Amino acid sequence: MARNVTTRHKITATVAAWIVALIIFFPILYTIITSIKTEPEAIAGFSLWPSGTFENYITVQTQRDYLKPFMNSVILSVGSTILALIIAIPSAWAMAFSPTKRTKDILMWMLSTKMMPAVAVLVPIYLLFRDFGLLDSRIGLTVMLTLINLPIVVWMLYTYFREIPGEILEASRMDGAGLWQEIVYVLTPMAVPGIASTLLLNIILAWNESFWTIRLSTTNAAPLTAFIASFSSPQGLFWAKLSAASTMAIAPILILGWFSQKQLVRGLTFGAVK
Amino acid sequence: MATQNTKTLARLMMAPSVLLLLIWMIVPLAMTLWFSFQNYNLLDPSNVSFTGLFNYQFFYTDPAFFQSIWNTLVIVGGVLLITVIGGIAIALLLDQPIFGQGIVRILIISPFFVMPPVAALVWKNMIMNPSYGVFADISKFFGLRPIDWFAQYPLFSIVIIVAWQWLPFATLILLTALQSLDGEQKEAAEMDGANFLNRFIYLVVPHLARSITVVILIQTIFLLGVYAEILVTTNGGPGYASTNLAFLIYRTALLGYDVGGASAGGIIAVVLANIVAFFLMRAVGKNLDR
Amino acid sequence: MGSITLQKVSKVFGEAKVIPSIDLEINNGEFVVFVGPSGCGKSTLLRLIAGLEDVSSGHILIDGKDVTDAAPAERGLAMVFQSYALYPHMSVRNNIAFPLKMAKLDKAVIDKKVADAARVLNLTDYLERRPSQLSGGQRQRVAIGRAIVREPSAFLFDEPLSNLDAALRGTMRLEISDLHHQLKTTMVYVTHDQVEAMTMADKIVVLNRGNIEQVGSPLELYKSPRNLFVAGFIGSPHMNFVTGTYAQSKNAKTAGIRPEHLGLSKDSGIWRGVVKVAEHLGADTFLHLDVEGVGQITARCDGEFGAYHGDTVYMTPDETKLHRFDDKGLALRA
Repeated sequence: MARNVTTRHKITATVAAWIVALIIFFPILYTIITSIKTEPEAIAGFSLWPSGTFENYITVQTQRDYLKPFMNSVILSVGSTILALIIAIPSAWAMAFSPTKRTKDILMWMLSTKMMPAVAVLVPIYLLFRDFGLLDSRIGLTVMLTLINLPIVVWMLYTYFREIPGEILEASRMDGAGLWQEIVYVLTPMAVPGIASTLLLNIILAWNESFWTIRLSTTNAAPLTAFIASFSSPQGLFWAKLSAASTMAIAPILILGWFSQKQLVRGLTFGAVK
Repeated sequence: MATQNTKTLARLMMAPSVLLLLIWMIVPLAMTLWFSFQNYNLLDPSNVSFTGLFNYQFFYTDPAFFQSIWNTLVIVGGVLLITVIGGIAIALLLDQPIFGQGIVRILIISPFFVMPPVAALVWKNMIMNPSYGVFADISKFFGLRPIDWFAQYPLFSIVIIVAWQWLPFATLILLTALQSLDGEQKEAAEMDGANFLNRFIYLVVPHLARSITVVILIQTIFLLGVYAEILVTTNGGPGYASTNLAFLIYRTALLGYDVGGASAGGIIAVVLANIVAFFLMRAVGKNLDR
Repeated sequence: MGSITLQKVSKVFGEAKVIPSIDLEINNGEFVVFVGPSGCGKSTLLRLIAGLEDVSSGHILIDGKDVTDAAPAERGLAMVFQSYALYPHMSVRNNIAFPLKMAKLDKAVIDKKVADAARVLNLTDYLERRPSQLSGGQRQRVAIGRAIVREPSAFLFDEPLSNLDAALRGTMRLEISDLHHQLKTTMVYVTHDQVEAMTMADKIVVLNRGNIEQVGSPLELYKSPRNLFVAGFIGSPHMNFVTGTYAQSKNAKTAGIRPEHLGLSKDSGIWRGVVKVAEHLGADTFLHLDVEGVGQITARCDGEFGAYHGDTVYMTPDETKLHRFDDKGLALRA
């Protein structure tokens, strides 16, 4: 009896959950399906059965040079993330392992810089970029993305480092490890998982950043966000190609994202929800 | 002695990020503030002069300003309403034992990883297009006239798109919080005779309160600055019907070339964001003490 | 070798004087237990000896050598932490080998020492596991293994058994005592549990608010506590303290009598009490009594005595085992 109720309950919940999940996922699914339709098929009304052509993917590359914005996205997101890590690891380390009375204030202040609305500094940043010749340059955008995400990187690392128990460091000191050995043999192996998840989440954030990357780039440094945004001006019927380009733009990060679900919650709430 | 050395080292290690963020915060903000008191047009850069509060007055008397503030609030409020209520509902559903939980989770979280321009274009063309979109197909199936979403309900359309992007975030965080609810507490409540509704009101909601606050505040920070979704769908129109404050500032600055006006708008945006930030910092800060 | 000398050692955290000033001599090969209530400074004292905290003033000598300013690793001590502090990313083998690797010993020597330690501690079958795959007791043994391979001049234990359940705690207590008899190395052991202190120590140091209340062997502390604090802290169940006319008749402010030194009878005695709670442990029974004109008294009696809630019981203190304290709480000698 009890088991029957439980099984029925589970089946009901399963059906409901799958319906909700499929509705939410539908726009992505439909984009992928449309990307392997022909253009006439794409506007011929609702259909989940494409003819299965890869023509669109080839066209996007040959006509619009997809690879270039793709490489820009990779360079910008990975570059800015690594730069941010290099700057943030020592600070997060110091704050986690030799905290002072002001550590908390500094962390809160760093977070507050993240609250500044981007549009508020659009004008000065635009003018500075123009005057320094950084408009549409990868270096300029990399620096920009680094600065935007630095507070989140520091915070995430800090919350991870803080979880490394102090007693273990003391144990290694008792065991005769010097500072260098402590870092190489004990701290680094324990910190690597935290650093890796920070890296992953930050690449996702940088990849999808769609204000500065669109405004500060035109062609040379334009990553996928700007590339896709340029499709908004209509040039005839192009949905299948748009879908192909969109699929390629989101696929790598979608897959990365699936791996970092857990860290996502932690990172985006600054450790407030675990 | 040793402790003193560590302190100096710690300061040195913190210096780069602190200095960078200090510069990043102060320089552009100071420039914005300065420009907001200047008459400065990019088309006529040689003719810059001090105008006092004229830019603020100009911004304030522009009917588009109030419309944009209103639109900003509608976007923030609408999206929050949909994502928080939807998020709680879906999180409760996912907290049940279900087959294929892992895949369901992956499907639901996915929209969050879709870059804003893609999300907006997919919805604009494939879902909401009045002739060929999926919504139009559904309407035709029922013999109704398709809705021209972006012409008839531009702001609501944008709210839907943005809500779709943020629903996974709310769901995931609320689900995480829900799963941290002590199972024994639930069982104790059951023993005490609480039914599902009672358990939800007296146990689940208080437990989720903090996470809901965090969701609301963090989303608000991002929702105040919705930009790409507007740019690729309505471009702020028709008229100013879907222009929020962020988009208005962009229009003033880079389409109207009015540096002074845009800067005044920027300062107003900073003030707005700071009000929200104040509450967010308190919520996050409390967590630090724990 | 492993004698430790503390000379006027003090420790101040900000405004708080955690340890005002302590002098202590720990002899080579002794098992010394620091015991006291939480916050008495016992852990701080151990960490000062370890070198994990800097002393505010005073000197610490190990084997006569001043190590006050030496780094932890240079002091030749090994420590077992409350949380065990095992390296989570290393196998048991590498955990135990870590201090030897830091000392840059030969691989062959390391392997032999690790194997020896594993055999002594029954860890041979677990050498390739990660700490997370071990039970609490096994983790504890790994932590001890990591300490013994270094052949330190003294072992420091910081509440090592507090994370274990009661049964395991008893076993580990025996194992550590056994280890001490085998190695004959100095051990300094911190605990808040007076049972651990009594059962393991050669010498107990009772600490309270950063001061040493008394130093002595377990039986010395039990037989002649120097003051009320030690008298109340050592012994289980706690000593009964009686004030008023009875104490005055013995020329003391407070009279102390241990529960096991009360003669019990069902029909006569100088105190008459009503049993509130009787705890039957089998061999022994603890009676918690309400005694007219005296107050709450705990008595220990034979399991066969047969007293239950509500029964009336008569008691006679064994006057030869009576402890007397003056108005400052110090013990009065006969």
